[in-house]
Parts: sequence; structure tokens; C-alpha cells
Amino acid sequence: MSLHQFLLEPITCHAWNRDRTQIAISPNNHEVHIYQKSGNQWVKSHELKEHNGHITGIDWAPKSDRIVTCGADRNAYVWSLKDGVWKPTLVILRINRAATFVKWSPLENKFAVGSGARLISVCYFESDNDWWVSKHIKKPIRSTVLSLDWHPNNVLLAAGSCDFKCRVFSAYIKEVEEKPGPTPWGSKMPFGAVLAEFGGAGGGGWVHSVSFSSSGNRLAWVSHDSTVTVVDGTKGSTPSQLKTEFLPLLSVLFISENSVVAAGHDCCPMLFRCDDGGSLTFVSKLDLPKASITRNISAMERFRNMDKRATTEDRNTALETLHQNSITQVSIYEGDQSDCRKFCTTGIDGAMTIWDFKQNVINDIHWNEMLTRGQHGPQLKTRLSQ
Amino acid sequence: MAKNTLSSRFRKLDIDEFDENKFVDDHDEPVDNQGPDGAEIDNLIRQGDMMTAFHIALRNPPVNTKNPAIKERALAIVLRVLTSFKSSDIEPAVKSLDRSGVDLLMKYIYRGFEKPSDNSSAILLQWHEKAFAVGGLGSIVRVLTARKTV
Repeated sequence: MSLHQFLLEPITCHAWNRDRTQIAISPNNHEVHIYQKSGNQWVKSHELKEHNGHITGIDWAPKSDRIVTCGADRNAYVWSLKDGVWKPTLVILRINRAATFVKWSPLENKFAVGSGARLISVCYFESDNDWWVSKHIKKPIRSTVLSLDWHPNNVLLAAGSCDFKCRVFSAYIKEVEEKPGPTPWGSKMPFGAVLAEFGGAGGGGWVHSVSFSSSGNRLAWVSHDSTVTVVDGTKGSTPSQLKTEFLPLLSVLFISENSVVAAGHDCCPMLFRCDDGGSLTFVSKLDLPKASITRNISAMERFRNMDKRATTEDRNTALETLHQNSITQVSIYEGDQSDCRKFCTTGIDGAMTIWDFKQNVINDIHWNEMLTRGQHGPQLKTRLSQ
Repeated sequence: MAKNTLSSRFRKLDIDEFDENKFVDDHDEPVDNQGPDGAEIDNLIRQGDMMTAFHIALRNPPVNTKNPAIKERALAIVLRVLTSFKSSDIEPAVKSLDRSGVDLLMKYIYRGFEKPSDNSSAILLQWHEKAFAVGGLGSIVRVLTARKTV
């Protein structure tokens, strides 16, 4: 794992370009900063200043190399690189509250924006007028939309919102695409139709993050009542929920068809496994703290502590985890959603960490356990035998 | 002054009730649990069978009703059981619960904290410590985020 501390400001959101040589982050203000990798360092190469409110979402389309940003100023901009400068194009979202999240669709011909206006704005490019047009998905969303994820078929959209529910909508836009074939989630998909709705009744907390698996058959979400839930569309609609003993998780990501990585207020990414029967189990925390060394404090340090902090003890206030504050976003760094080798986390501490499954310490302790239980499928087994 | 300022009846109106965007919880599960049976619990406590009394007390939690009387009654019964426990018996009792049982116990513990009486706080804190060891911070977060309370 390698940690890079950008600045002291929280990183609200981040997005990688296709070959992971550039990262776009927002340091909790109205701007997007693009950093270029040079050797082991990250050098700031561009500053995108157009928004009038805090940036709440950034997504970088890997193939078409366009960046879409959305902010608390109720706007979204699509940025394209022209002559080495990023030029923005305003997108009329027609929302009267802040935008909260934005994501390009897999084919990059549309993007979806979640907002506090209790609706999702699905935007596509209308070439006649040379602008982006938005269509709204309103019913039956009853509160702020916190998170979105596209199904690989470019039509279905999962949304997690503050009304404690996770829903699967159809975002089929007839102007830009063909009618989609049937999926385990449903076959009739007019725009705005709700194909599935989960959550609510009984417990429930705000659904912070949703993620489709690479096949699109499984959907995972994390919510504020410290639970992780996975539902398999092919196995009927009973979700399998795991009540964790951790603080609420804020971001979730499928890293293979059977494994899910989630991170949140515990400042530590956690690995969960979803077996073929559909039940979810916790595997391990992926950030194993180094053993704290209790050393003898010199007399000089004692007096210095007494002077500075009115205490003679060596009380280290740093957290044991790599991240010193909550992790707000998890993204894939190397690999794809069916087989991820490295993933990246950013958080409120302003740090960006890249986690490597191969080098991770969990290999030693948990790998044997995983192999005997036959988890994770064939890919990981062959990689370990190399 | 204008005539319409004489009446102050408008001050008694709760304007938020008329808000079209007001969030209303889903009303499902009409099955309302009435809470544990007080008489049965009393018998068991008298016989000294605390474990069974404990399990029965945690059955049928009145989470779905809006009737405060039922909730108060259930709370009183559960607290009576919890305060009658010996300190050494708390840990095995907590260990005998499953995940949702620990969450339910945590809900009752926090409800018990709301109205402390002479001898309840100390024993409740011991219950809290043991329940926290099993349920972790997640169980406390679920007490805070639960839409349906005991």
C-alpha cells in the first residue's frame, strides 16, 4: 500500500483517467485539481475552476477522456481537453437543489446526476443543438439521492438515497440507444421505471453507496445503520444483509463477482465475501495496524511533553490505520470490476492510498483460509501459484 | 391595526404537517407485537431462572406499534429482568443472543438509560459493556438509526 498525502484539506471525491497517470480530485472547495504522476510524485497540472459551489462528484470517462463534474451550485459541467486546456460545457440539469453524485454510463454516451432535489438527472448529448439534455427520474424517490451506479448494459441505474432505500431504475434513452434485452432485473424498461426497490422497513439508514458487480447480476449497498447488503438479481429478490460491528461504511465496490470492498468511518477498507448462495460474510479488515512500539521516553521528551501538553506520557493521538480520517470513496486502480488487483481510497484526511492485494499482509494470514474455503474463484488461485 | 391580527388561532397550526414533501414512513407490517408477558416473567424471576426470563423478555418486541403504553409496559418488564441479573451472569446471557438479539438488547439498554433510577444505571452500564463487546459500535449505530424503536 502506498499513501500519498495531497494537502490537509479533505478530498471530497476523485476520479482516475484511463491509464491511471492522472487523478482529478476536489480538495473540498469549488475547484477540481488534476494531478499528473511523475515518478513517485504527483504534480498538479490543471485547475478546473468553473463551479460556484463545492464539487460533490467527479467522473472521468476512460475512453472518451471527458470529465464530468457536479456541484452544490446545482450545475454540472462536461470538460474536454482541447489544446492542453480543459474546456467546460455547461449541462442544464434543471434541479433546484445541490447535485450530490455523478457517474458516466459504461458506453459514455450519457451520465446520471443524483441531487438533493429528490431526483436523478440523466443527461445525454443532443447533437442537433450541440448541447446536453437532461431527463428526470423522480418517482418514487422521497429524499436526497446519495449514490448511483450503472449496470453494464448501459440502461439500468442503481440509486441509493436518504429515504433508506436502494432502487434499480431504467435510464433507457431512446434517442441514444437501442432497446435493451431482458435482464434478471426485469425486461420491460421504459425510462424512469423502478425495476427493484430494497430497504426501508424496520432498520435502515441512508444508503451511502451502491455498486453493481461486473456481470450486473449482483447489487451491493452500504447504509448508515452499519450494514452491508447484497442482492442477487438472478436468485430472486431477497437481499442478504450483514450487520457489522463497525462504524457506518461510506463507499462500496465489487472487486470480483464474489468479493466486495467497503470503507467508511472506521478509516479502514474491509473485505466481504458473497458466496454463490448469496449470503454475505465479513472476511477481514485490509489495513492491519503495525504493532505499536512502546518505547522508553527520554527525560528531555518528558519535560517537553510537560511543557507542551501538560502530560508526561507519550500519548500518540494518531490512528493506527493508514488513513487518519474517514474514507469517503473507494475506486478501482488496477484491473476491473471482475478482477481487481489494486484499489484506491481517498478520505477526509486528504490522503490517497493505493492498496495492493498481492503485497497485502492479509495474504499471509488469510489467504490459506480463503483457498481452503474455495473463495474468490479461479483467478486468485492461479495468481498465488505463480 | 388590521382586523385579522386579533385572532392568534393560526399559532396553533403545525405548518409542517401540511408540507407536501413531508417524509412519511412506510406503514407496513400490521403485525403488532404486544411485548413480553409480564406474569410469566415474574414467575421465572421468582424461580430464579434468569436466562429463560431474559429470552422471553426479549421476545415480541413492540417495535411496530405506535402505542406508547405498550412500549412502556414492555420496557418496564425488560428492565426488571435486566436489573435482577447478577453481574457474573450478564456475559453468558449476552453470548447466548444472536446478532439481532444483541441489537434489540442495545435498544432496551439505551431506553433504560433515558430514565435512570437508583439502582438501574450501574447494572445497565455493565449490560452495555458486555453487549458492546459483542455488537461493537455497529449495534449502537443501529440503535440511533432505527426507525422503529422499542
